[in-house]
Amino acid sequence: MTSGVAAGLGTRGATQDPLLEVKHLRKFFPVQKGFSRRIVAEVRAVDDVSFEVREGETLGLVGESGCGKTTTARCVLRAMAPSSGQILFRTREGPVVDLAQLSRKELRPLRPQMQMVFQDPFGSLNPRMTLLDNVGEPLLVNGLRDRWARRERVADLLRLVGMRPEYMHRFPHAFSGGQRQRIGIARALATEPRLVVADEPVSALDVSVQAQVLNLLLELQQRLHLTYLFVAHDLGVVRHICERVAVMYVGQLVEMAPATSIFSRPRHPYTAALMKAVPVPDPRVPSGDVALQGEVANPAHPPSGCYFHPRCPFVVDVCRTDPPELRVVAPGHLARCHRADELTLEGIGPADSPARMGDP
Amino acid sequence: MPQTPTATDPAPATVAQEAAPLLSVRDLRVSFFLEEGVVRAVDGLSFDVFPGQVLGIVGESGCGKSVAMKAVLQLVESPGRIVSGQILFRPAAAQVIDLTRLAPRGAPMRAIRGAEIALIPQEPMAAFSPVHSVGDQIVEAIRLHWRQWRPDGPPLTRLEARQITAELFRDVGISMPEQRLDAYSWQLSGGLRQRAMIAMALSCKPRLLIADEPTTAIDVTTQAQVLNLVRELQRKYRTAVIFITHDLGVIAQIAREVVVMYLGRVMEQGPVDAIFHEAKHPYTRALLRSIPGLQATPRVPLPIITGSIPHPFNRPRGCPFHPRCSDVIADVCNRRVPALLPVGDRQQASCFLYHDVEAVS
Repeated sequence: MTSGVAAGLGTRGATQDPLLEVKHLRKFFPVQKGFSRRIVAEVRAVDDVSFEVREGETLGLVGESGCGKTTTARCVLRAMAPSSGQILFRTREGPVVDLAQLSRKELRPLRPQMQMVFQDPFGSLNPRMTLLDNVGEPLLVNGLRDRWARRERVADLLRLVGMRPEYMHRFPHAFSGGQRQRIGIARALATEPRLVVADEPVSALDVSVQAQVLNLLLELQQRLHLTYLFVAHDLGVVRHICERVAVMYVGQLVEMAPATSIFSRPRHPYTAALMKAVPVPDPRVPSGDVALQGEVANPAHPPSGCYFHPRCPFVVDVCRTDPPELRVVAPGHLARCHRADELTLEGIGPADSPARMGDP
Repeated sequence: MPQTPTATDPAPATVAQEAAPLLSVRDLRVSFFLEEGVVRAVDGLSFDVFPGQVLGIVGESGCGKSVAMKAVLQLVESPGRIVSGQILFRPAAAQVIDLTRLAPRGAPMRAIRGAEIALIPQEPMAAFSPVHSVGDQIVEAIRLHWRQWRPDGPPLTRLEARQITAELFRDVGISMPEQRLDAYSWQLSGGLRQRAMIAMALSCKPRLLIADEPTTAIDVTTQAQVLNLVRELQRKYRTAVIFITHDLGVIAQIAREVVVMYLGRVMEQGPVDAIFHEAKHPYTRALLRSIPGLQATPRVPLPIITGSIPHPFNRPRGCPFHPRCSDVIADVCNRRVPALLPVGDRQQASCFLYHDVEAVS
């Protein structure tokens, strides 16, 4: 199925030009109350988020539920309109456009270039449509009216994701979760996108199926030179697939760095706590610690100073009063912490790698 | 109360433990009789849980792990039913009850379900009623099983049950328990809801707690808190826990004994360290290799298990794993079903690579 993958995809040289540049993105949701729908507060779901994704690279967006990672991803695709900020996308034709400023009509010709892979393979395919119609719909919408041409293209797409084209007349219910996720990927690739936003694409899948889909995503990226914005909460998956990682907490980016750097030495206590909480599949490596007390801050009423200070084990006075800036703490490594330079936080890098399990 | 003599219990080849197992499942078979055919969801499952032990059951979706637990609680819904096998529960030293012989709706079973054996379901949002406060739901359970708290006294009053609930909330780390009692499940965050669910499961002082994927729907940080809580409570009350999950990381960190299931059968079973470091069965090994581990080389294709889990109606003949197995023995694995037998001193595997014994069916 994934036999085409040469061993060791490694890190291909992603070009230096950003395909996507997000600047000061904000998305606030009003909290309304009473009969008059008076706005009593604002949920700052995404609050001043800036990052760039270079062509051909994979940027992971990580954080707990409610941190704004999915909202960010949806704003990038203009599935929802941001409150403010810029979303600069370099189109295939060359010019850079600000997606945040475009109207629905102006967005339409650009939509084929950016697609989404969804989390739930059971909810994201229309159960009343055959694979041919599910995968072929984006083609139809984008003007491929000839049914035979569409059938050819769908067959190619199914082959591309490792499924038999003979299945195209079946309905989604006949397929397992992993196969449905392949179908969802085929549909996302139908319009030959350059940017694929994958929102938790493997978190609903079993381990063995998850591995197959991750391999497929890597293989497709290599073959089609795709750029991924990969939203996930599983740090094992993120470490495996992403070249750079951005960590979000209560609507803000708290850390962003190349994967090797962030996993071997995180600079923000929140990132370190997330890593500590991951249960390692090896009983000889004690892990899965409770590093954080309390709950995620309410994005409608965030705490003063650093949003993370009520849960931070390294809190000092300045954290309670002054909100820290996202700043460069090492080459290519950004962190939003007053104490980023003095703290030495433990990561889960390959430095302390125990024997690979499974092989006695 | 119907009882089966202990003599029917075939000597379990598992660990030598000082105490008798609290729960012994012997050759359990659960099938679903559908119009299209029969689905053998659990097909000859055997395991033991000892008092104070955490037994992990791992397997991918469709392996029958949840159905097996429903069978233990006698909650298998029609068209499914327990076809054969025994579920031996030992609430006291000299008492053995075969749960499969109890009527699912009869008084003896209802006295055990929820009280002696409690369940933490997978989705706490779906498990709590949205129109009753969480406190009321737990109070109801406590008052129903009042004998667990006061074996010979009068039934508990509402107020007493409420006080017990508040105490439980404090135990599971819910702050401001008195206020939270009157909250509805949808007003609580995911972590709090799962804690309330655990409080409910513990509310009748069960001897055995079945946790069915209790952490799949929640974040890693909350997951760490829940795992810690289960560990602490298990130590405090010496409750036996069956922990079901498909997350091998969680299993490695919480279980002492591990059962690996595939298509309704046990592939391998043993102490957690042996399962992770000396896995014998090709399925266990393949499963472990396919995790995008925190130590694996990034962006290199992961070793995968080829193919997919077969459709329940297309159950392969012979060893259920043979069509996907890398070590398949021609003309053996596709014809006969291997028995679960010892490999090494405390481990068991059902695989013809290690022995040539067929399972009796």
